[in-house]
Amino acid sequence: MIEIKNITKIYNKEGAEVRALDDYSLSIEKGEFVAIQGASGCGKTTLLLSIGGLLSPDKGSVVINGNAVYDMPVEERTVFRAKTMGFVFQQYHLIPYLNVLENIRVPALAAQGEVPEERLEMLIKTLGLKERINHTPAELSAGEKQRTALARALLFEPDILLADEITGNLDEKNVEIVMNCLFEYQKAGGTIVLVSHDTALCKRADRIEELTVK
Amino acid sequence: MKIRYLVQKEIKRRKLNFALCLLSVIVAVVSVCSVFTMLEIYDLRTKEIVQKKEQETKERMDSLEDDYRKITKQLGFNLLILPKNQNISDVYANDFASKFMPEEYVEILANTKSMLIRHLLPSLQQKIVWPEKHRTIVLAGTRGEVPFAHKAPKEPMMVAVPKGTMIIGYELHQSLGVKVGDKLRIMNREFTVQKCNESRGNIDDITIWIDLKESQELLNKPGKINAILALSCHCHGGNLGKIRDEVNSVLPETQVYEKGSRVLIRAEARDRAAKEAKEAIQAEIKQRKDLRKERENLAAIIVPLVLLTSVVWIVFLFMGNVRERKSEIGILRAVGVNEVSIMKLFLLKAFWIGIIGAFCGYVLGIGGGSILGGLFSTSLVNVPLFVAVIILAPLLSIIAAWVPAVIASRQDPAEVLKEE
Repeated sequence: MIEIKNITKIYNKEGAEVRALDDYSLSIEKGEFVAIQGASGCGKTTLLLSIGGLLSPDKGSVVINGNAVYDMPVEERTVFRAKTMGFVFQQYHLIPYLNVLENIRVPALAAQGEVPEERLEMLIKTLGLKERINHTPAELSAGEKQRTALARALLFEPDILLADEITGNLDEKNVEIVMNCLFEYQKAGGTIVLVSHDTALCKRADRIEELTVK
Repeated sequence: MKIRYLVQKEIKRRKLNFALCLLSVIVAVVSVCSVFTMLEIYDLRTKEIVQKKEQETKERMDSLEDDYRKITKQLGFNLLILPKNQNISDVYANDFASKFMPEEYVEILANTKSMLIRHLLPSLQQKIVWPEKHRTIVLAGTRGEVPFAHKAPKEPMMVAVPKGTMIIGYELHQSLGVKVGDKLRIMNREFTVQKCNESRGNIDDITIWIDLKESQELLNKPGKINAILALSCHCHGGNLGKIRDEVNSVLPETQVYEKGSRVLIRAEARDRAAKEAKEAIQAEIKQRKDLRKERENLAAIIVPLVLLTSVVWIVFLFMGNVRERKSEIGILRAVGVNEVSIMKLFLLKAFWIGIIGAFCGYVLGIGGGSILGGLFSTSLVNVPLFVAVIILAPLLSIIAAWVPAVIASRQDPAEVLKEE
């Protein structure tokens, strides 16, 4: 499903070379829930963005469903990403002038086809957003924002969900709602790559991949 | 969800950014439209002033024309139609022609259409020694004016002298002590004095006028005349050439002379006045054209400067908008929105700003120009300008937003999403 082969990513920070990923390889099966754990600056987000086709590694390859992601032209990769992956980030990245319902529908801008209304309703219900659909992000709590971002990521049932520190700002109750939703998605055949330094949360995954600072 | 919807929502959210961009377009369009309107008003005023002056000149000229028509008539015949072989020097020396032409010439002229001349008077004149009085006189035979066949009859300037009568010049009747009703003999023929003329201070004072037929018999020139006096109106001036052409076309054996008269001098004065009035109008037009050119030149500097400032201002505002929407663009790219759609987010907004700005700017520009120009008229609604503004304002707005839109579309989403 996901084959990461010997990827290296180097950043230049104020003239100094920082190796975020160094000859790193990882294989994830379809339907697997993998947690990537490690200290700050160990390259967790870099790995996630590389899998998501958003950050080209300096060396190595990322192959998803048999497609070498970085061999594709940019526009093709964009379409591939829209069809295959969903993203959730710690900072939610909700569009401030759209309400909850509109934010969830945003992937429709890139999707080839209609919004699956039944799934949209199901996600709103599952994530407890029914009462908040007309509210803008500024009127939501952190948990509601993250649930909205999760609903947006899962709307078109992507093959892979890439989640970066999604519970970092949430209370226990919201963590449970989010995690239950992730397990539901996994049960339906989805693959999850979760980046977190919350050990308790990572233990709930099928597998933990430890990244260390180089 | 469509890009258009996202643009609408973003405009509602960031009203200040939109308002400032709109203001920038409005200022640019207002500057263009107000300049055009003021120049249009200036042109209308120029037209109005010139028309007024032309009307005044025309009225003055019409009045002069009428005056000269009357003066011309009062001052008498001013054209002399003579036999072609007549030496004009002899006419000046003797005050009458020495050559003769058939009397029927006057009938031919009277029966010709489109004659520029009026009042035809055939005459036969000759200087003779009056045998009975031993005095040199001018004997002039006249039959009165010959009416034109194709013109409305006019009151004659000179009436015929009845047969057997005479009109006698001032010098003659004074020196001979002649009164009206006296009987005088000329070359053994008796004439009754019908009228004694007042002094005219010219050769008329030693002239005796009798019937043409009788003069032809006395002078032994049957059926002959030596001049046709005529009147040419100087209403329009400078038509002697045309008169000559007309007369020569029907009477090739004649020549036409204009008598140097006060009419001619006055006509020349009138023509000069007309010329001066025309020159004054031309000078006014030139002065206003020069002033317009100066205004055009000033506008040619100010308008592009305003347009450039507006474009730069829009660029800055859009750049600010792009920076503000970095996270939004990052997530849109992450969910698979392509570069073209990201560009559309900005260019569509720029298009709307251009369209709304064009409408508002046009109305305010025309209104402002009217206030500054001090003229309100529906004729100031300039459709081609409106069309140009509606096309060019969105185009300029899109051009201004292009670079920020490209920067936004090429923004690396990873950079934004990593910043967490």
